[in-house]
Amino acid sequence: MTTTVERTEAVAPVSSTSDKSRAERRLGWYLAGPAFAVMLLVTAYPIVQAVFDSLFDYRLTDPQNSAFVGLGNYGVILTDSVWWTSFGVTVLITVVTVAVELVLGFALALVMLNALRGLRPVLRTVILIPYAVITVVSAFAWQFAFSVDSGFVNAWFSFLGTTADTDWFGTQGSSLFVICLAEIWKTTPFISLLLLAGLAQVPDVLQEAAKVDGATWWQRMRRVTLPNMKAAIMVAVLFRTLDAFRVFDSVFVMTAGANNTETVSFLAYRQTIERVEIGLGSAVSVLLFLSVVLISVLFIKGFKVDLSQARGE
Amino acid sequence: MRGPRRRLTAVAAAIAVIAALSAACSSAPAGPPTLTWYINPDDGGQTEIAARCTAAANGRYTIATSTLPRQASEQRQQLVRRLAANDSSIDIMSIDPPYVPEFAQAGFLAPMPPAVDAAAREDRVPSSIEASTWQNRLVVVPFWANTQLLWYRKAAVAAMGLDMSRPVTWDQIIQAAAANRTQIAAQGVRGESLTVWVNALVESGGGSIITNVGETDPALIQLGLTAPPGIDAARILREFGDAGVAPPGFPTADEDTNAESFQSGSAAFMVNYPFIWGKAKSGVEEGTLPQSVPDDYGWAVYPRTLPDLPSAPPLGGINLGVGAFSEHPDLAYEATTCISNPENSAYYFVSNGNPSSRLSVFSDPAVLAEFPMAPVIRDSLTQAEPRPQTAYYAEVSGGIQRTFHPPGAVVPGATNQAATDLITAVLRKEALL
Repeated sequence: MTTTVERTEAVAPVSSTSDKSRAERRLGWYLAGPAFAVMLLVTAYPIVQAVFDSLFDYRLTDPQNSAFVGLGNYGVILTDSVWWTSFGVTVLITVVTVAVELVLGFALALVMLNALRGLRPVLRTVILIPYAVITVVSAFAWQFAFSVDSGFVNAWFSFLGTTADTDWFGTQGSSLFVICLAEIWKTTPFISLLLLAGLAQVPDVLQEAAKVDGATWWQRMRRVTLPNMKAAIMVAVLFRTLDAFRVFDSVFVMTAGANNTETVSFLAYRQTIERVEIGLGSAVSVLLFLSVVLISVLFIKGFKVDLSQARGE
Repeated sequence: MRGPRRRLTAVAAAIAVIAALSAACSSAPAGPPTLTWYINPDDGGQTEIAARCTAAANGRYTIATSTLPRQASEQRQQLVRRLAANDSSIDIMSIDPPYVPEFAQAGFLAPMPPAVDAAAREDRVPSSIEASTWQNRLVVVPFWANTQLLWYRKAAVAAMGLDMSRPVTWDQIIQAAAANRTQIAAQGVRGESLTVWVNALVESGGGSIITNVGETDPALIQLGLTAPPGIDAARILREFGDAGVAPPGFPTADEDTNAESFQSGSAAFMVNYPFIWGKAKSGVEEGTLPQSVPDDYGWAVYPRTLPDLPSAPPLGGINLGVGAFSEHPDLAYEATTCISNPENSAYYFVSNGNPSSRLSVFSDPAVLAEFPMAPVIRDSLTQAEPRPQTAYYAEVSGGIQRTFHPPGAVVPGATNQAATDLITAVLRKEALL
C-alpha cells in the first residue's frame, strides 16, 4: 500500500484518474457484489449441479443404484424422436409467436408513441395489462375460452365454421394455435414496450428532414425509423426468443403435452419431476440451456446485437 | 478499555440470543406429539376423521392434516421429493394405490407392526389388500377403496331393449349406443384415467399389463400387452372411436367432464366412480338439477371385455402409509387403525362419497340410505383388479398414455406392439418418455 501511495503522489495527474476509477470499480463491486454472489448461488450452482447430475443414471427413488454413464443420457436423448419432436414444436412456437408479436408489438408501439398526450398513460396501461397477468392464469383463461364444455369461442365464431363440438385441444395443429394465441396475447406488450423505447430514440430531426424532402410515411418508416431502431428491435427479438424457447406454462395447463404439443421445457419437467429420473432430466435441461446459449451467441455475434440498447444507454 | 468492554458486551448478548433461540428450537413442544397426515383434497372428511382420532387418542397424540395437490401424480411427486430428502414431518400419508410399490421399494414406508398388519387385513375387500401388498408384505393400511361402475340412464336404456340386470359387454353397449345415436362417456384424456381404462379392459379379458408382478429390476419387467387380452382391449377402444359413440371432446374428457355429459343426458352410458351420485344429489339440493335426473340413474358392474368372463373393474381409493423417517411410527400406525375403523369408514363414505375398503360398511343402514348402489360397489370391489404393480408405475402408465392416446385412433396389434416397445425401452433407460 505504501509504495502505491508514494507512486501516486509522484505522478499526480494520471494517478488521480486511476485512483478514481479504481475507487469507482471498488464501489461497483460493493454495490453489485452481493447480487453477483446471489446470482452465482442461485444460477451458476444449479447449472453446474445439473451438468454433474446429467452424467449419471440417477433416479430419486432408487439412489443406491445410481451409476456414472458419462454422456450416455445425451446419447439416449439425441437419438430419440421424442426430443426432436419437442424441439421442433418449441422452434415452431418460438418462430410463430416472435414473428407475430414483433409485427403486433410494433403496431402497438406506434399507437402508444403517436397517441395524444392525455391518452398515453391510459393506453400504455391498457396495452400492458396482459403482461401483468400471470402466465398460468392466462393459460387457464384461454383454455376455458376454447374448451368444448365451458368455452365461448365455439359459439362466438360459428360463422367461421366452428360448431359446439369443435375440440380445439383434440389435434396438434389446433392445440398449438391456441397455445400460440395465448402466448402472443400475453407477451406482445413486453415486445411493444421495448420497441417503444427504440422508437422514442429515433431523432425527430431526421424525421423532420425526411418530411421536408417529401418522403412518404412508408419511406420514412423504411429509411429512417427502422434503421435507427435496429438495435432495439434485435434486443426485443432476442429477449422474446429466449423467453419463447422456454415455453412451459401454456402447454402444461392446456394440453399437458398431449397430441405432440410437448416443448423442450415440458420434456425436462416430465423426466425430472414426473419420472424422478434426475440424470436424464438434467441432461434435457442442459441441452435446453445450451440451445438458449446458442440462440444468444447467434444473435449477439451474428446480428451484432448491442445489449446496452435494452437499458436505453 | 472502552472498545474491548463494548465488544465483550456484544459477544455476551449474541451468545444469550443464540442460546435463547436454540433453546426455543430444540425443546420439544409441550403436550402430546403431533402426527402430520398428508391428505389428498376431499370434502373435509379426512380432517374430521383426524379430529375424531385425536379425541379418541385421549391425549396420546394429535393429528394435524396437510393437504397435497389435487392430482394423484402430483401428490406422488410431492411425497417422493420430500421422502427422498428424509423428511421427518411426514407421519401418515394418503397414497394412491398404484404408487405403493414405488414407495415400498424405495424404503419410504416404515415397517408395519404385526398387530397392525393383522388388523389391517380384517373385513377388507380382497382387491384393497392386493393393492396394499408389495413383495408379499402388507406395506400400507387400506383406507378407502374406489371403483368404477357402469352408469346408465334408465329411460334411454329401456328403449334400447338392453337387459341391464345381467352383465353386459363393451361390444353390447357400443352397439346399443350407436344404434340409438347416444354416447358413452369414458375417460379419453391423456392421463392416468386412460391407463385405468386400458388396464380394466386387459384385466377383464383375463390378461395383465405386467406379467411378472414383483420384479424389482426394471430391465426384467415382462409386459403382456401383445397377448390376446391386450389386443382385445385395443379392439374395443378402436370400436369405441369408430362407432361414433364417443362424447365431444373425447380426447380430453376426464371424470368430471364425463359426469357433466351424463348428467345432461347427452350420454346414456358412462363408466365412472360413485362421486357422480353425490354430485347429482348436491345438484338437486342446490336446486340446479331436477330430482328426475338422479332418479333416472341406473348402475351395474363394469362392462365385460369377453361375454363369458366376469369383468375386472378399476380399483382406486387411498391407502395409508407411515413415513419411514417419522419420529413416531408406532403412534402413526396406531392412528391409521383409528382412521380406517368401521365407524370412520362409514362416516367417510356417507359424507364424502368415498366407498370403504371394509366389507361390513356396505351393509350399514346409513350408507345404504345415502348410496343405494352400495351392494353393486361392493361386488365391483370384490371383482376389481389393481393397476400394474411395479416400482416403475409412472413409466408403465406414461408409456400407455402416450401410445394409446387418442383412444379412438388405436390400431389393435400395432399400438400394443408400440406400447410394449416404448415401455420396455423406457424401463431399460434407452428411451425418453
